[in-house]
Amino acid sequence: MAKKKKKMPSLNTTSTADISFMLLIFFLVTTSMDTDMGLARRLPKPPEPDQEDATMDIKSRNILYVRLNHLGELWIEDEMNRGFSDFKELRNRVKEFVKNEQNLSKLPEKHVKNIDLLGQCFVTDKHVISVQTDRATPYDAYFQVQNELVAAYNELRNELAKQKFGRELQYLKKEEIDAIKKYYPQNISEAEPKKYQQGGQ
Amino acid sequence: MAGFKKKASREIPEMNTSSLPDLIFTILFFFMMVTTMREVTLKVKFTTPAGTELEKLEKKSVVSFIYVGPPTDNLRAQMGSGTRIQLNDRFAETREIIDFVAAERQGMTNQAEQVISIKADQGTQMGYITDIKEVLRKSWALRINYSATKRN
Repeated sequence: MAKKKKKMPSLNTTSTADISFMLLIFFLVTTSMDTDMGLARRLPKPPEPDQEDATMDIKSRNILYVRLNHLGELWIEDEMNRGFSDFKELRNRVKEFVKNEQNLSKLPEKHVKNIDLLGQCFVTDKHVISVQTDRATPYDAYFQVQNELVAAYNELRNELAKQKFGRELQYLKKEEIDAIKKYYPQNISEAEPKKYQQGGQ
Repeated sequence: MAGFKKKASREIPEMNTSSLPDLIFTILFFFMMVTTMREVTLKVKFTTPAGTELEKLEKKSVVSFIYVGPPTDNLRAQMGSGTRIQLNDRFAETREIIDFVAAERQGMTNQAEQVISIKADQGTQMGYITDIKEVLRKSWALRINYSATKRN
């Protein structure tokens, strides 16, 4: 009689929704979706203990000084001209300096270099951009300089990528990017390079 | 029309909510995946500078953070208002960064890819940053990242 229907009672799942809602709300609250962004840089290797002073002999025409004083004011100096400058101007100055399109004698010297995929190139790979700061320089000013320097190189590389490969840098293959990087290497020095020619301070 | 005589109970059928938990679970899993729990409590205040040429920090597992800035308001009474460095959950001196970098490197599978992200306040004096960079160089943590916000 009572044995007729022996159905398993199904598990009551009405509260599953509530439980998962609670978990959901917990994760909603604790989540921070912001992806961290930043300017990626690479530091030079630490100096060898036995190596006293890295006497880098750099011709004065190959150096572009970018100085920041304690107020965060910008001073740009190469053989062409020198003086206080705007942060907006920095990018063009750097591009002009690194490119040396007209092969001027006051801008970095050019060499013939054999680069894979690009062939014989006439590049200014000996140039150095020397960034100097005061201990009291605001970090923001320094960051803007770094940002502009990276921007200048990125623009130069992009121009070259479009000219040689017809595409923007980000769409190139790895070997092509390497070739472009060899054409425009980033030589940014934050130490005081020694000059063998005379120069201001 | 005898077959259609069902006028008596015109009740709206209840909505079937049996798939609701599944839906919620889907959303839950999404948030569980994208979530990154803030693992440190910040003891310093900072507004990172704004830049245009920023890159995303892709691999979270190889990134360690160094926070630089003045102490937060409730800690100012103890710590003063000068620039301080925070490593993990506490204030630290510049030279302690060597141990910090080594400790962080220990847990990484790909130690060569270690990245140190410097989250520093805009107004920090470069002296602190230069010292930090010098220590990082000494501890062979050469890949660094100046944390910043995007600007157009």
